[in-house]
Amino acid sequence: MKKSYKIEVDCANCANKMEDAAKKTPGVKDAVVNFMALKMHVDFEDGADPKAVMKEVLKACRKVEDDCEIYF
Amino acid sequence: MTKKQKKMLARILSAAALMIALHFAVRAFGERVGEPVWFLLYLIPYLTVGYDVLLKAGKGIKNRQVFDENFLMGVATLGAVAIALIKRSGDYTEAVAVMLFYQVGELFQSYAVGKSRRNISALMDIRPDYANIERDGELERVDPDEVEIGSVIAVKPGEKIPIDGVVLEGRSSLDTSALTGESVPREVLPGDEVISGCINQSGLLRLRTTREFGESTVSRILDMVENASSKKSRSEAFISRFARIYTPAVCLCALALALLPPLFFLLRGQAPGWSDWVYRALTFLVISCPCALVISIPLSFFAGIGGASREGVLVKGSNYLEALSKTRTVAFDKTGTMTLGVFEVSGIHHSSMDNDQLLELTAHAECFSTHPIARSIRKAWLEGVRFLDDGEPAGEPERPGRSLDEARVSEVREIGGNGILARVDGQELAVGNAKLMESLGVRPIDCRHAGTVVHVAVDGAYAGHLLISDVVKPTAKEALRALRAAGVTKTVMLTGDGEKAARAVGEELGIDEVRAELLPGDKVAAVEELLDKKPERSVLAFVGDGINDAPVLTRADLGIAMGALGSDAAIEAADVVLMDDDPKKIALAVRIAQKCMRIVYENIWFAIGVKLVCLALGAAGLANMWLAIFADVGVMVLAVLNAIRALFTKGLRRE
Repeated sequence: MKKSYKIEVDCANCANKMEDAAKKTPGVKDAVVNFMALKMHVDFEDGADPKAVMKEVLKACRKVEDDCEIYF
Repeated sequence: MTKKQKKMLARILSAAALMIALHFAVRAFGERVGEPVWFLLYLIPYLTVGYDVLLKAGKGIKNRQVFDENFLMGVATLGAVAIALIKRSGDYTEAVAVMLFYQVGELFQSYAVGKSRRNISALMDIRPDYANIERDGELERVDPDEVEIGSVIAVKPGEKIPIDGVVLEGRSSLDTSALTGESVPREVLPGDEVISGCINQSGLLRLRTTREFGESTVSRILDMVENASSKKSRSEAFISRFARIYTPAVCLCALALALLPPLFFLLRGQAPGWSDWVYRALTFLVISCPCALVISIPLSFFAGIGGASREGVLVKGSNYLEALSKTRTVAFDKTGTMTLGVFEVSGIHHSSMDNDQLLELTAHAECFSTHPIARSIRKAWLEGVRFLDDGEPAGEPERPGRSLDEARVSEVREIGGNGILARVDGQELAVGNAKLMESLGVRPIDCRHAGTVVHVAVDGAYAGHLLISDVVKPTAKEALRALRAAGVTKTVMLTGDGEKAARAVGEELGIDEVRAELLPGDKVAAVEELLDKKPERSVLAFVGDGINDAPVLTRADLGIAMGALGSDAAIEAADVVLMDDDPKKIALAVRIAQKCMRIVYENIWFAIGVKLVCLALGAAGLANMWLAIFADVGVMVLAVLNAIRALFTKGLRRE
């Protein structure tokens, strides 16, 4: 299942880091962060609950970039 | 500016003012006040402007994200302060200034990116906010999302058409420039299909919607453009890999620079000069931030894609923009791409019966086909075009009010790419090309005119042929010249039409190679063969109108669909979509892509080059932190400004 979320982040390098962090989160098959459109596209693994997974993704992203935001 | 940015600006300005005040204060009272006091006073602007950097650096360490830019700036500036303390020079200006400029750079970056993001979005500001729906004779504004298929909506002059539909009432001219880049308005009458995103210029229109809002042209286009920059190009992937290696590598070099030379001098019994080498190492850290690169490359692509969409060229990803710039071979479909795709029956020859009777039978045999040629045959009969005995059409059509009687037709079989077999009025009809005739054992009579020849056999006997001609687009010739000027070395036309018609068009337009009489499957094979033969590392693009060439669009390196407004299959299958059907747009698209890639490479070389030079100067002790901060912030500013250039396409259109 694929979903896209609006995000807020200040610098391009931080966006790259968020992408890496999101990719490594369990339940995420693949993730792409589009810094220019301020969007994160997440491809979830089958059977994963997007809400729960996104909570983990946000936690992981906060670790690499303190003041980022994901709206889900 | 956002609230965050305003706050940052205030911090920067107050810190700068404090710095200047302190500078004069030191001059005036430097002797009379003790060193620790100055240190504490300088700490005020330093913390004002940089406290968040230090905080973030601390959090980064806690989260094991050591090599981030906050950490680098924190270490570099604190290090500079420490050196000033140890040397007792009292020169804290540098540390504060480095922090100050770093923040100025960050602020500029966030402002510039936000601004260009808004600029590009404004270009694509075709999203309608509301739809006027009629309820009990009154107009009511509703969210376009809530309008169901088949509803009647009204569009007043000056409003955007919110949803695709068909005109029921009213006539007007539509401004399609936001969608197609075409500035000539389009006239619409009742019965015409209209697409969302156009602006109604003159009269009130009443439409019956044919799609939901989410499926309408405007929503699909916005979706595509927004998702475009998610598909990353090779250059972007290269930069993010580079950034991942670059920062740690420079940090390690900085560490080595701080430790190794002094130790070496110590071992030789000389003065180690710690503070000098540590200072050099700190300038390294300032230069090590990869931001100029990381921001400017995606920004260039984003601007390039935005500029292209303003011209009516939709590029579905940065990777396709990159491919477009390397296009050396272009294969075209003929019908609808190089020609208007508006067919006319221009002659009936060798007819074994009355010309009109042959036309009637053929029109009925083709009555279920959606092929443009079939449509033209039906149209000719319905409108009552008369053909003289020499086969030429005579004068104005009579419009006798004919209609097709489907009950007269049975057993219709389509022979893919070759024609149709059908039973009409009990007679066995075969309508199609020469191959179909031969497969039935009928000898077709060739035509000496250029055009598509539709042979007809009735009950296994040859009954004559219809000559169908298509009109070459007025801009096609110029389009090919423009492509050549843009660096395309080979042009090929692939078509299902007869050899003679194809050759005539090919020669008229100056196309290098013409392959005729191809079935849809043959086109894929032809493209595969061309793929083998193309110059290395170049790209083969296939341009089609999206009608039954979706497999070819997918097989080519780059699929370009043209005149695709409203054709879902083409938008799905193609990588680049030209919104109107002007073939000149192909060359324009290539030029926009080339300009964008030139800017991308300029930025890559410029940013890496300046950084390497500054690193070398820093290692040799020739660069101070001021130069280092230029290498970081200055390069970033210039690269961002350069990236914005990709948005401007006016000059390219004129060429």
